[in-house]
Amino acid sequence: MTEPNALTGFAAVFSRDLRLVWRRRGDALQPALFAVLVASLFPLALGPEPQTLARIAPGVIWVALLLASLLSLDVLFRSDLDDGSLEQFMLAPQPLAALVMAKVVVHWLTSSLPLLLAAPLLAELLFMPHELLQVLLVSLALGTPLLSLIGAVVVALTVGMRRSGMLLALLALPLYVPVLILGAGSVMAAAQGFTSNGALLLMAAGLVMMLVAAPLAAASALRIALT
Amino acid sequence: MNPLLLWFYQTGSPANFERFAKRWSSWFIWPACALMAWGIYAALVEVPADYQQGNSYRILFIHVPSAWMSLFIYVAMAVNAFIALVWRIKLSELLAMSCAPIGAAFTAITLLTGAFWGKPTWGTWWSWDARMTSELVLLFLYLGVMGLYAAIEDRRAAARAACFLALIGLVNLPIVHYSVVWWNTLHQGATIRLIGKSSIDPAMVPPLIAMTIGTKLWFVGSLLTRTRAALIEQESGKDWVRRLLLPITSRGDTR
Amino acid sequence: MSEFFAMDGHGVYIWSSYAVFLLILVGDALAPRLRLRRVQRELAQRLRRQAGKGQSSTQPS
Repeated sequence: MTEPNALTGFAAVFSRDLRLVWRRRGDALQPALFAVLVASLFPLALGPEPQTLARIAPGVIWVALLLASLLSLDVLFRSDLDDGSLEQFMLAPQPLAALVMAKVVVHWLTSSLPLLLAAPLLAELLFMPHELLQVLLVSLALGTPLLSLIGAVVVALTVGMRRSGMLLALLALPLYVPVLILGAGSVMAAAQGFTSNGALLLMAAGLVMMLVAAPLAAASALRIALT
Repeated sequence: MNPLLLWFYQTGSPANFERFAKRWSSWFIWPACALMAWGIYAALVEVPADYQQGNSYRILFIHVPSAWMSLFIYVAMAVNAFIALVWRIKLSELLAMSCAPIGAAFTAITLLTGAFWGKPTWGTWWSWDARMTSELVLLFLYLGVMGLYAAIEDRRAAARAACFLALIGLVNLPIVHYSVVWWNTLHQGATIRLIGKSSIDPAMVPPLIAMTIGTKLWFVGSLLTRTRAALIEQESGKDWVRRLLLPITSRGDTR
Repeated sequence: MSEFFAMDGHGVYIWSSYAVFLLILVGDALAPRLRLRRVQRELAQRLRRQAGKGQSSTQPS
């Protein structure tokens, strides 16, 4: 038996969660379907004119993916809380932050990665110019992990609360605002001919910081919420 | 023991704080009212109309101090939240939680008076410049802290969670502000400067100072009153609360 | 006097701002007092209920 440490804990929870999601792999498509639906609401509300849609396409795609990510966060800890695994995680010798990190990574892989794959489809539906697709995908690749990490902290804080869905959204959205501004803004900048490097680099820096800070904060939040 | 430290320990005990708050809160509220009354009078009557903006700039005397308070109170809340989380002091938890509604009130005043000022001066109720957007996010942060505090039944656990959220929000606020500044550079022409280029006429300074100090004093007084009320409610099962309220309740008198 | 209230046509905005300010502060002042009154009422009710049941109503402070 190997010595229990952060890495073994991470690997164990990572493979467990992946296996659990695989057993309900149909559910993993739901955030992507939600994003497509939300994005479709805009042409239905604003009219199908390509010029209008093309102008708002990057923003709409970003908002749709943000909302899909937000809604899918609720299940991050729920099943573990219900069957008592979460308490076992908190009692385990491995650092709770490492275990939480594993859960967030699996969550991103299974919820947000399908969203990233749906993004080109949404871009086509909304007549987004093809030159912007690369910037959009990079901004989403940097932004969706940020959203998952920040969201994990808020979910940890509200874990165990019944009917916490709306409250979770209200608490998380102000924290999502900078990510949305930088992410959608980077694509807007590219659309206007400016360089999007600044915004993307800022997001990358934020992501690096959150990779370290968010699991630790989420672990603290779990302990606060579940004492 | 250091007398200041001793004073902190003693005042930190619930029964002592209740007495302290009851005694001192009026000493902050009434001077605050006096200062603000004079400030409002001077702002409306004595100060001449601005040569560029006419009379509508008089709203500045409400808007600017409220904006400063909305930020100041958040910092005060965060400091108390930090103390509450690290040292688990019950009184700090209550102080932090009592800051939130007052902060939300001043933020709401800032947003509303900003809109009332914007319409006659620049023709629009709202603009998405950095300050107004950050102020709006600030309102949501306050409401989030209040909402989370209300949503958890155990008062101490609720306070701890809300304090944690307040600290996260503190980090978020400058990030939001600077990201909106950057975002506005993309959308040239959308920015509206809230304080005009004209340098401030010396006659305008005294009422502004009066309102600034007045709102700060009001905050302290209101914080003491709110924390006292929260403390009494939370400790209502304890003997000292019973002894405090019983003579009054048996007389049917309310205070 | 009516000039004072009109404020060159900006009267509505100025007086609304000051009214908002005063109303919100009055609300801020009243809220804790109403809360205290409610706590007193509830405490009195609770004590009457406990006295009615004949239980001891003291707790360590």
